[in-house]
Amino acid sequence: MNMSNTASIHEEPVAMTASAAPLLDVKGLRVAYGKVEALTGVDLQVREGQIVTVIGPNGAGKTTLLSAIMGLLPSRGDIHFDDIHYISPEVEILVGRGLGLVPEKRELFSTMTVEDNLLLGAFQRYRRGDDSFEITLAEIYSLFPRLWERRHQQAGTLSGGERQMLAIGRAMMGKPKLLMLDEPSLGLAPLITREIFRIFADLRRQGVAILLVEQNARAALKVADYAYVLEGGQFAMHGPAADLANDSRVIDAYLGLASKHQELLSS
Amino acid sequence: MKSRYLPVIALLLLVLAPLVLPTFQITLLNYIGLYTLVVLGLVLLTGVGGMTSFGQAAFVGLGAYTSAYLTTTAQLPEWLQWAAGSPWLALLIGLVLTAVVALLLGAMTLRLSGHYLPLGTIAWGISLYYVFGTLTSLGGHTGVSGLPSVELFGIVLDKGEKMFYLIWAILVVAIVITRNLLNSREGRAIRALKGGQLMAEAMGVNTFRSKLVIFLISALFASLSGWLYAHTQRFVNPTPFGLSMGIDYLFMALIGGVATVWGALLGAGILTMLKQWLQDLLPILFGSDGQYETIVFGLLIVLMMQKAPGGLFPMLSSLVPARFRQRKEISINSNAESLPRRELPKSGQLILEACEVTRRFGGLVANNNMSLQVHAGEIVALIGPNGAGKSTMFNQLSAVDTPSDGEVKFLGQSLKGKTSREVASMGMSRTFQHVKLLPTMSVLENVAIGAHLRGNKGVLSSALHMEREEEQRLLKEAAYQLERVGLGEYLHEEAGSLALGQQRILEIARALCSDPCLLLLDEPAAGLRYLEKQALGDLLRKLRSEGMAILLVEHDMDFVMGLVDRIVVMEFGEKIAEGLPVEIQTNPRVLEAYLGGAE
Amino acid sequence: MNLQIALLLGQDGITNGAIYALLALSILLVFTVTRILLIPLGEFVTFGALTMATIQSGKPVLFVWLLLALTLVDAALDIRQQVGQRFDMARLRMTAIKIGYAVLMVVIANTVPLADIPMAFQALLTLCLLVPLGPLMYRLFFQPLADAHSLVLLIVSIAVHVAMVGVGLLLFGPEGARTLPFSDTGLHLGPVMLKSQTIWVILVSVLLIVTLFVTFERTLYGKALRATAVNRVGARLLGISPVFAGKATFALAALIGVSSGILIAPITTLYFDSGFIISLKGFVGAIIGGLISYPVAAVGAVAVGLIEAFSMFWASTYKEIIVFTLIIPFLLWRSMTSHHVEDDE
Repeated sequence: MNMSNTASIHEEPVAMTASAAPLLDVKGLRVAYGKVEALTGVDLQVREGQIVTVIGPNGAGKTTLLSAIMGLLPSRGDIHFDDIHYISPEVEILVGRGLGLVPEKRELFSTMTVEDNLLLGAFQRYRRGDDSFEITLAEIYSLFPRLWERRHQQAGTLSGGERQMLAIGRAMMGKPKLLMLDEPSLGLAPLITREIFRIFADLRRQGVAILLVEQNARAALKVADYAYVLEGGQFAMHGPAADLANDSRVIDAYLGLASKHQELLSS
Repeated sequence: MKSRYLPVIALLLLVLAPLVLPTFQITLLNYIGLYTLVVLGLVLLTGVGGMTSFGQAAFVGLGAYTSAYLTTTAQLPEWLQWAAGSPWLALLIGLVLTAVVALLLGAMTLRLSGHYLPLGTIAWGISLYYVFGTLTSLGGHTGVSGLPSVELFGIVLDKGEKMFYLIWAILVVAIVITRNLLNSREGRAIRALKGGQLMAEAMGVNTFRSKLVIFLISALFASLSGWLYAHTQRFVNPTPFGLSMGIDYLFMALIGGVATVWGALLGAGILTMLKQWLQDLLPILFGSDGQYETIVFGLLIVLMMQKAPGGLFPMLSSLVPARFRQRKEISINSNAESLPRRELPKSGQLILEACEVTRRFGGLVANNNMSLQVHAGEIVALIGPNGAGKSTMFNQLSAVDTPSDGEVKFLGQSLKGKTSREVASMGMSRTFQHVKLLPTMSVLENVAIGAHLRGNKGVLSSALHMEREEEQRLLKEAAYQLERVGLGEYLHEEAGSLALGQQRILEIARALCSDPCLLLLDEPAAGLRYLEKQALGDLLRKLRSEGMAILLVEHDMDFVMGLVDRIVVMEFGEKIAEGLPVEIQTNPRVLEAYLGGAE
Repeated sequence: MNLQIALLLGQDGITNGAIYALLALSILLVFTVTRILLIPLGEFVTFGALTMATIQSGKPVLFVWLLLALTLVDAALDIRQQVGQRFDMARLRMTAIKIGYAVLMVVIANTVPLADIPMAFQALLTLCLLVPLGPLMYRLFFQPLADAHSLVLLIVSIAVHVAMVGVGLLLFGPEGARTLPFSDTGLHLGPVMLKSQTIWVILVSVLLIVTLFVTFERTLYGKALRATAVNRVGARLLGISPVFAGKATFALAALIGVSSGILIAPITTLYFDSGFIISLKGFVGAIIGGLISYPVAAVGAVAVGLIEAFSMFWASTYKEIIVFTLIIPFLLWRSMTSHHVEDDE
């Protein structure tokens, strides 16, 4: 389904704080693998305390987008994060400034204990001489009691859901201002997915902004404030999440089953 | 200047060189020729095949010492008496001995991955060097002197100027052979070794055999160079066969350009001249004698790796204006005979069957009790949310992985214990979720790899280009399949320059090239635009009507619903539904799987 | 062979084996964290031994000029990197400190009568001079290649080794050297007399291994290095920079290499080019450990030392052949147990 020439829904997202500048402001971002362009110029904004989601089919470039923002991939275009402007960003500096990424593959330290994994999440704070990470650790244990129970276990022995909790907890140990998550529901049972999505809402209440990339579009649209639809390396449309969730084009495009589902429910 | 005159001029210069140049320059040229021969083997091994060897100098030593021993020892052991005295006989024995040693070492080390191979070459490189230096019958560290000159057609090659012709003639032949080999069916298999082994195996290439072939060739080139060296110098000692020379050979290859045949010549030339110059200059600069050129060489290599990892030859050839650059397109003879085709099973016949397949990874159950069937003339889709275990299932079906329980049958035969190579020869062909092609090779050659099993001419006929007829038939088939999938205008482009969607289509053409009866497609529509998807759908429908069985793993619902005959739905490693597209679209469990989550 | 000789050979074997074990451990450390097989580790050993010998002989320590030169190149690269960006005061201060340190070393090496100071200070000075060479080597030669294929890193590693051998010849000359033993007394243990240097080697090796162990198990910096080895991407995402990890491991490897050199200098005559064979024996140990397991590598390296000592007795001319052929069965075993087809990405 080609939607790139349809008009995008334009509405200013609701700003949660008084500050006018968005926390993350991406302009004209391009990424190429060799001669093949994976992202062909995308603009995206995330404001403080906002949950923004990027949905789209496999291969649309969602993971590439997050990797480029994080500075893991060479990219062209402008990225502003928390008043720093970077063209070729260094991951270490961004992490220090409060950007966190929970990647699709989790990237845990499988042969190290759960607690070591979490502690390493605060490496930058430790380096700066900030000792308050012990408090954050306690907060994370109270948020994920399962991780407390298994704190001396090797990360490689955890179940899928526990791994995802650990990956999120580890990223939160760095006290991020913006937490980016790549497919957090991947391979998780619905019950656990629900729990994890509830935590996102909690985090937003604490003032953490979230950029969420999801295949599970229905769930993502439900929790998010604002949404972008990524198709073939560019945004096909964007707007408040609630609007997109009811937009017939979004439903037709790739919630094809969802429309059938709704028909089924309404019949 | 027309580029086809270049070889003629070069040959003419070679013939005239000894008549005009002073002896010292000829000696240098002899060394360059001898080194190039070894480096040529390294280009094949490291640049093309992706295997790093520091041990080539040992093979040079093997060739040199065999001849030295056989031609100078007064009292050879009884069983070797027949081989005494003749350099030519010694050459033959040296090559055989080298082949045996190379096959042994290759069999031991070539299966090793990553770092073990280069470390292994260092180990046997050093060991052989110490053998040369310790065996008293080889003269120990003082070496062997008084080797006879080589005699050819009654001419005694007793001077550097005369050996020059032999060395360079052999080198020219070696270069021609190497280039021939690389432009052939075997050559494509060899070129796939670097970064495409998984794909090559799936197309029926025995990658281990290809590795062994180039390892053997590079060892033989080295041994030949050693023999020439021994009879040019007429004296051998262990020093030129040590590890540091082995490292120098690799440096030559890297400086010249490790992936190109001409890089070998360039690298050997530059390093030899540079060494000569530095050995004069540096001792004056530093005020004492010593091998200070190693400092320059070491830093030069570091700099090259940082700034120009491809070597000098690619850099130089990119300086040549485009219109002078030779752009050789592979010619395709449309009159070549078509390849024979496999008899396709009758429509409706059971082709592929998974019986209660379970795959466990440690405690994790990736596939649980999965059963499915694919018949001839039918398209079946395997769908499910991300992480449902589709890829694992795909691996079981294509014999990349073996089930923990249950079995997969293809054409009635169990796939248990079968390699992907064997399965390919039985008529199963596949594409990959993450496109696997050789980006610097042309589209046509990439697709021709698919036809690997439909040719049978070997390395020797490839090297001598005696397989041109079969080669034309293979290329014609590849071109035909590319036309068929709609990539007919890109035959000679680099595969890496295609858009992602086109690369996926290329993979289908490659799979079709093997003349399969079952096509396994892993997310063929991902990254395709609307019109491309339609074209792909049309192609698959056409294949179905010809009796092909097709199984595809896909995410794109629209694409699947309008195309396939049956759908199998997976979630959490299990089959949750199976049926016609219409049934699946309204199946409550499927809807739950796709839409569940944060409800 | 009688018991007396066997014990004597065993003692020699264990002394050398302890050194090989130290080297094997640092090879593993550098490899797992940075993917680099540190071939030039042997040059740290010879540079350590020969610098110590130079100091004791009262000759000028030429190495210090190399340190100054490399530090200046490093500083120039740092400053060039900052041109065009906002100048980061913290980084500039760091650059100034590094240059100051190198200048201080030049002053010490050229003014203090080094041959007359106590041996412990001589050893300390040798470490102070040579350990910075580790991070400098990473910065200049390997950091620009952080994302390169691991075989490219191996080639660069070999190239750096080749260059350093030449530098060694330039700085220390072609003559071999030995240093004074740390102490004279030996220890009688039953029928054998333990040589004092043997005791030193074993003590210092054990101390270094324990220190390493504690660093990696107990401190967050050590854990950060381990984390990099386990999952490079994961570590980067937490802000553990590969540059930090690379410099830190190279500094540790330099520390271990130079210490080994100082330890064996009184027992063995070392030449500018002796390092390669020594580090290769460490590699044999590391390969026996599968390039993963620290304990197996350490045991393997000690075994290499023992085999070397005993083959010295039985077949001294074939000593090196025996040691290097030893890894072939292990490689064979690896190739039997790993059957997967691998794509190098």
